[in-house]
Amino acid sequence: MTAAPEHAPTMAKMSLADRLAPWMPLLLVPALCILGFLAIPNTGSWLTLTVAGLAMGMMIFIMASGLTLVFGLMDVINFGHGAFVSVGAFVGISVILALSHMAEAPSLMLNLIALLVAVIGAMLATGVMGWAFEKVIVEPVYGFHLKQILVTMGGLIVVEQLIIVLWGPEEIYISRPEMLKGAITFAGAALEKYRLVAVGIGLLVFAAMRLVLRHTKIGLIVRAGVQNGEMVQALGYRLRLVFIGVFIAGSALAGLGGVMWGLYQEVITAHMGNQAMILIFIVVIIGGLGSVEGCFIGALLVGLTQNYVAFLEPKLALISNIGLMVAILMWRPMGMIPVVKAK
Amino acid sequence: MINSLLSGDLPRSKLLALLLGAIVICLALAPFLFPGVRTVDTAARICIFIVLVASYDLLLGYGGIVSFAHTMFFGVGAYGVALASTHMGRGFDAIAVGAASGAIIAALLALVIGLFSLRVRAIFFAMITLAVASAVAVLVSQMSGLTGGEDGLTFKLPRELGPAFKFGKETFDGTLFGVKLNGKLLAYYFVFLGALILFLGMLRVVNSPFGRVLQALRENDFRAEAIGYRVVYYRVAATCLSAAVAALAGSLYAVWLRYVGPDTTLSMEIMIDILLMVVIGGMGTMYGAIIGATLFVLAQNYLQNLMGAASGLVEGIPILPELLSADRWLLWLGVLFILSVYFFPTGVVGRLRQQS
Repeated sequence: MTAAPEHAPTMAKMSLADRLAPWMPLLLVPALCILGFLAIPNTGSWLTLTVAGLAMGMMIFIMASGLTLVFGLMDVINFGHGAFVSVGAFVGISVILALSHMAEAPSLMLNLIALLVAVIGAMLATGVMGWAFEKVIVEPVYGFHLKQILVTMGGLIVVEQLIIVLWGPEEIYISRPEMLKGAITFAGAALEKYRLVAVGIGLLVFAAMRLVLRHTKIGLIVRAGVQNGEMVQALGYRLRLVFIGVFIAGSALAGLGGVMWGLYQEVITAHMGNQAMILIFIVVIIGGLGSVEGCFIGALLVGLTQNYVAFLEPKLALISNIGLMVAILMWRPMGMIPVVKAK
Repeated sequence: MINSLLSGDLPRSKLLALLLGAIVICLALAPFLFPGVRTVDTAARICIFIVLVASYDLLLGYGGIVSFAHTMFFGVGAYGVALASTHMGRGFDAIAVGAASGAIIAALLALVIGLFSLRVRAIFFAMITLAVASAVAVLVSQMSGLTGGEDGLTFKLPRELGPAFKFGKETFDGTLFGVKLNGKLLAYYFVFLGALILFLGMLRVVNSPFGRVLQALRENDFRAEAIGYRVVYYRVAATCLSAAVAALAGSLYAVWLRYVGPDTTLSMEIMIDILLMVVIGGMGTMYGAIIGATLFVLAQNYLQNLMGAASGLVEGIPILPELLSADRWLLWLGVLFILSVYFFPTGVVGRLRQQS
């Protein structure tokens, strides 16, 4: 009989690549910025473009975050999400036009109040609409992906047409509030004020979202629900109610994103939500369906890529986002931060 | 004979058989029954959309995959014929080369998109196709040097398919039942026969073992994979096939219009039209494509006038005239679409088959 082999555990440190893997998506954003810095000869224009890209990314993130959470929580894919963007923009812009005396006054305070009222109005409208949309359109088709896609697409068509009925078929041109027009010069770069505000609001929304999701009980239930809904229900939580809450919040955020997107482009049409949907889908896919952090990083990547490429090679800008999506899906087929589902 | 022509998939309902027979006869004899530029144009559009909708149904109704890039494939076929006819000169060889290369390019595009998205989750496919299709639509309107941009391309077809070509002077005195025998008539029958062959071919595909596997995947892909069918393989194959047929339908459209442009072949509106036609006609039945496309194209051409009249009647009442105006007919179609997905997921054809 031979003696048992000596117990000799080896303590191998995880390789650098393994330890870096979870952080890779996060590192992509600065990496892309550096790449842009190397490719763009002029530091000033690089800074301008970076801020523009970040602002665009933040706005896309605000619009997309609701969609990804709704999918993660209830496996519901909402192709009508763009409708909330359009409605938010139309309601918000109507409020700003109604408050034009405040928006055109040369006082930052009054401008911001007008903006705030517009945002609150838009979020209320889209929140209520989200609730109705969930009740009427989404609820009867739980669990059927095919029908969800069809029905929510139908909802999008109906809402778009209703916008045209209420606001008319022409596009509406608007100008930003007085104090948010123009740019400030910083280190030789012209930074549009509105874009800085957009970056600020985006960061605020992301921070608030992370705070709610990571440090409150409701956030815990939502995150647990994303991972294993049945278990959460078995523990006695009514996931259905949580889901309606998340759907409403997501719709309201899409409304907020719509107002910001409308002011960014300075023109709104009934189809703008549909156009935004394309960017939103790309972001949600490359981020990993159901992941808020992935959505955030994905949105920043899309915004930066689009702006850099548009500067370097305008013809390629159209397909740069598709290229980015292809590259990321080759690297991680489920998106950058895939949501782990307990089955 | 009819049984084998229809691949053993008979209408299975007297009313449906009657309807289908009436539609096919009307389409076959359209230039003689309804002489007139506009009615023949409507009939040709119906033929082409039947093929397009049937190819979409192969994907949606049989495969359970939602694609938003179907107009892209349609457009690839149309632009294939247009570019070939522009650069190779007028001739049937240009049409053949254009249609074949369009179909091959569409199938390759579908292969790439399918391999990328379908191997992960079928739901990715819907989103990725939406993104890719819109990028291609913008690209086509930007690359004006090649594609004519927003204006599109007008091109020449063989003389035999144009209104200037007259035939049968000696035997029929140039007319048959009061209809002038010219190239436009030939063009209509070119489109009609092309559509008929493509449709029967697709009926063959969905009633083959391959179609059976697709239906099994739609019902339960997990179980189908357990039995030993490669899910990705079948789904990608269905996507490629459907894309190729859509491209051929696009070629027919280009032949009929002798013009291609982003609005007529690539726009999102056409995609929504296709969706509506499939759902109204009935998903998962090829005959649904015939009913859906016919109803829809007829409604598009004639119902709008009716809505305009209705909106005139309610003038004075706030909002109502705008809701009923002819431009808002998409609104009512959207409502109809949602209702039919809820209450008649099998569409007109499914309803008729249930009753019998």
